[in-house]
Amino acid sequence: MTDPQQTEKEGAHGGTTGSPVRKQDRSPVPSAFEYAEAPESREIVRLEDRYGLFVGGEWVEPRSGEYAPSAAPRDEEVLAEVAYAGPEDVDLAVRAARDALDNGWSTLAPGERAKYLFRIARILQERSREFAVLESLDGGKPIRESRDVDLPLSAAHFFYYAGWADKLEYAFPNRKPRPVGVAGQVIPWNFPLLMLSWKIAPALAAGNTVVLKPAETTPLTALLFCDVLRQAELPSGVVNIVTGDGRAGAELVKHPDVDKIAFTGSTEVGKEIMRSTAGTGKKLTLELGGKAANIIFDDAPLDQAVEGIINGIYFNQGHVCCAGSRLFVQESVFEEVVAKLKRRMATLRVGDPLDKNTDVGAINSQAQLERIKELVAAGEDEGAEIYQPPCRLPEKGWWFPPTVFTNVAQSYRIAQEEIFGPVLSVLTFRTPDEAVEKANNTPYGLSAGVWTEKGSRILSMAQRLRAGVIWANTYNRFDPTSPFGGYKESGFGREGGLHGLAPYLEFDE
Amino acid sequence: MAQAPALPSGFELPLEPRLPRIGSIDQVAVEERAATLAKRSIKRDSKVFALDLAVRMMDLTTLEGADTPGKVAALCSKAMRPDPADLTVPPVAAVCIYPSLVPHALERLEGSGVKVASVATAFPSGQVPTDLKVEEAARVAESGADEIDMVIDRGAFLSGHYAKVYDEVRRVKEVSGRAHLKVILETGELGTYDNVRRASLLAIAGGADFIKTSTGKIQPAATLPVTLVMLEAIRDVYEETGKRIGMKPAGGIRNSKQAVQYLVMLNETLGPEWLTPDLFRFGASSLLNDVLMQIRKEKTGRYQSPDYFTVD
Repeated sequence: MTDPQQTEKEGAHGGTTGSPVRKQDRSPVPSAFEYAEAPESREIVRLEDRYGLFVGGEWVEPRSGEYAPSAAPRDEEVLAEVAYAGPEDVDLAVRAARDALDNGWSTLAPGERAKYLFRIARILQERSREFAVLESLDGGKPIRESRDVDLPLSAAHFFYYAGWADKLEYAFPNRKPRPVGVAGQVIPWNFPLLMLSWKIAPALAAGNTVVLKPAETTPLTALLFCDVLRQAELPSGVVNIVTGDGRAGAELVKHPDVDKIAFTGSTEVGKEIMRSTAGTGKKLTLELGGKAANIIFDDAPLDQAVEGIINGIYFNQGHVCCAGSRLFVQESVFEEVVAKLKRRMATLRVGDPLDKNTDVGAINSQAQLERIKELVAAGEDEGAEIYQPPCRLPEKGWWFPPTVFTNVAQSYRIAQEEIFGPVLSVLTFRTPDEAVEKANNTPYGLSAGVWTEKGSRILSMAQRLRAGVIWANTYNRFDPTSPFGGYKESGFGREGGLHGLAPYLEFDE
Repeated sequence: MAQAPALPSGFELPLEPRLPRIGSIDQVAVEERAATLAKRSIKRDSKVFALDLAVRMMDLTTLEGADTPGKVAALCSKAMRPDPADLTVPPVAAVCIYPSLVPHALERLEGSGVKVASVATAFPSGQVPTDLKVEEAARVAESGADEIDMVIDRGAFLSGHYAKVYDEVRRVKEVSGRAHLKVILETGELGTYDNVRRASLLAIAGGADFIKTSTGKIQPAATLPVTLVMLEAIRDVYEETGKRIGMKPAGGIRNSKQAVQYLVMLNETLGPEWLTPDLFRFGASSLLNDVLMQIRKEKTGRYQSPDYFTVD
C-alpha cells in the first residue's frame, strides 16, 4: 500500500493539471485476487494451564493423579493439560450426580428446570464467539463452521428442550413420564460442544442428572461449558464433567449406579458397550458410525447437488458420522458431475481453522490422520482413481487434502469402511432400483441424501432407503426439532425432537 | 424464425455444438451457496484489489426521463475521473444512457477509453413490435455506441414463446455491428431461478455477449443468488463451447461491501479469467462514491465525509 501522505499529494497535484485521460495501470493495487489472511482473534479465549474434573459443582484434582495434554490440530500446540479420570473419580462423579438427583433436581418444578436450560442457552449465545474460537482451536474445524453451525445449533438444542421441560405429560399423552435417574454420556471429538448439547439438554429437561465424558482430544469446550453452568447457577452435581480416555468412558458405562447410557462414537466401541450393559437393566442409546449414500439422479439441479456433495463430505473435514462418503451418480450425468465436483474442489480453501475464509480445517488427531492415510492407500492399491486438488498444506499440524476417488467398486474398502475424513468414493448406478440396492448394501444405516427434481421419487426413495435420516436436495442439515439416529450398525435410539426425550424417561403406565 | 412455435421444454437451439443441459435450480440450495460466498472476509490488499477492479468494471448509469445533455456531460466527467483528488483511481468501464444522448456522451468521452453503452429495444418494458426494437437497436449501433443493452420480451418469455425471445435477441445481434450486445433478462419479473437459467441460455444462444440481470426499474433487481444462477449458466456454456460470455448485475448494488461480494462470487464461480471489465460489469448509479470512499479509507486509514466526493 502507498504512503497515505504521498497519495494525497499526488491527488492534489492531479487535481490542478486536470488531464481527463489516464492510463489504467497507475493504481497501486495488487495484481491478483488473493484473499488476505482474515484470522479470528484467539484473545477472547482464556485457558487455564491445567484442568481438573468438574464434580459436584467444583473443580477437583483427579484421584488418579493423571493428566494429559490437549493439542491444537492446526499446529500441535499444547493448549492445556487435562485430568484423566480413574475409576475412583468416575465413582465420585456418579455419586455427585445421584446426590443431586435425590436432593431436589428430580422433584424440582419442571418450569424451574426449564429456566436453567433457557439460561444456559442464552449464555451460550452470548459467549458464542469465545466457544467458537476454542472449538476451532481444540478440534481443528474451520471457524466458519463452529461459528455458523456448532454454536447456533448448541444453543438451539438447549432452547428447544427447555421448552419441553414443563410439557412432558403433553409430549407423551396418557403416560406418566418420570426421569430415568443418572445418565452416563460419552461423546465423540467431531462436534464436541454440539454433542454435549444433544446429550445434556434432553437429559436435564427430563429431570435427570448427568455425568458426561468428553473425547480425549477435544475436552476444552466441555470444560469451558462448566463455567456456563456456574454462570447459570445450575445446582451442584446436576452436571458433572469427567475428562479422560476410553478407560474413563468404560468405567462410566459399567458403573452400577448409572441408569442410562448414551453413547456417540464408533461402532466398535458401541458393540463393546452393548455387551457390557447387557443384563444390567440400563437404558441404552447408541449413535455410531455411518457410510452414507448421497444419490444424484440425472434430473437433479446439478450445481446445487455439487454443493451438497461438497457439504456432505468436506464439512468438518469429513469427521461426520452422517457424512455423504459414498456418492452414487446416475451414469448419464457421471462425467458432468465429476467435472463440476473437481472444479469446485479446487476452490476449497484448506488451512488455518481460525481463518474466516477457511473451508476445510485440520484433521483432529495424529491417530485419525494415520487411519485416513491407511484407507486412502488401500483405495489406490485396489485400483480406484484418486484426485486431490492442488493445495498447499501447512507444515505443522495434521492435514489431509480434500480427496475424491472415482472408479470405485462396491467391494473396495473405501466403499465399505467408514473413513471419517475428507475422502469421497464415487460410484455409479443406472436405475432407482439399483441405487437403492447399492445404497442399502452396507452394515451401516445412519443417513442418506437424494437429489432429484421429482417429488414422487424423493418419497419413494426415502421409503426404501434403510437409513435413519434422509435428506432431499440438501445434506448435513440439522435441527433440534428433528430426530437423528441410525438403522442397523449405526445404532439405535433417537436424539433430537420429541423422540429424543423418550430415552431419558421412564413411564408409569 | 419469427413465426416459430413456442418450443417445448428441453428445446434445442442452434448453439454449437449443443446447448448445455437446461437443467434446474434448487432455490434453497442456491440461496444458501450465495449466502456462504457472501461471508468471505476480504481485507487489506485483497480489498484494495477488489475495489479498484469494481471501479474499472462499473457502467455508470443514468436512465431517467429527465436526462439532459448537461446531466450526461457531468456523468462522463465523473466516469473519466471518478476521484479528482486521487488520480490513481482508474476511470470506469462505461456510461450507460438512453439512445438520444449517445452523441453527447461520445463527444465527451472521445479518446478516454470509457465506453458508451446505450439501452435499446423499448427499454425498460420491451413491449413494442419486434421490428421497432430491431430498428431502434440498428439506429443506436449506427450512432456509434460501443455497447447495446437490450431487454428481452418478458411477456413472450412468461407466456412460453421462447422462440420469440430468442429471435429478437438474434435479430438485434445481427444489426448491432461491432457493438457489444448485453441482454437484460429483468430477473425480477421472471419469478423463478429456473426461468433465470432458461432465459440466460436463451439469450446466450441468441448471440448475447453479456447477460444482465435487470433494468434497474423493477425490484428486486440484481441479487447474489440470481447472479450465481447466471454465472453458472455462463460456466456451463463455456464448458460446452469454449465461448466466454460476460455478466452484468445491475440495480440494487449500492455499497462496496456488496460489490466485493459479487467479485468473490465471480472469482469462485468462473475463476480469475473473468476478473476483467471485458467479462464483468456492475450496472450502478450510486455505487461509485461508496467505492471511492472505501478506497480513500484503505489508502489513508480514515473515512472522509461524503461531502468530499462529487455527486456527479
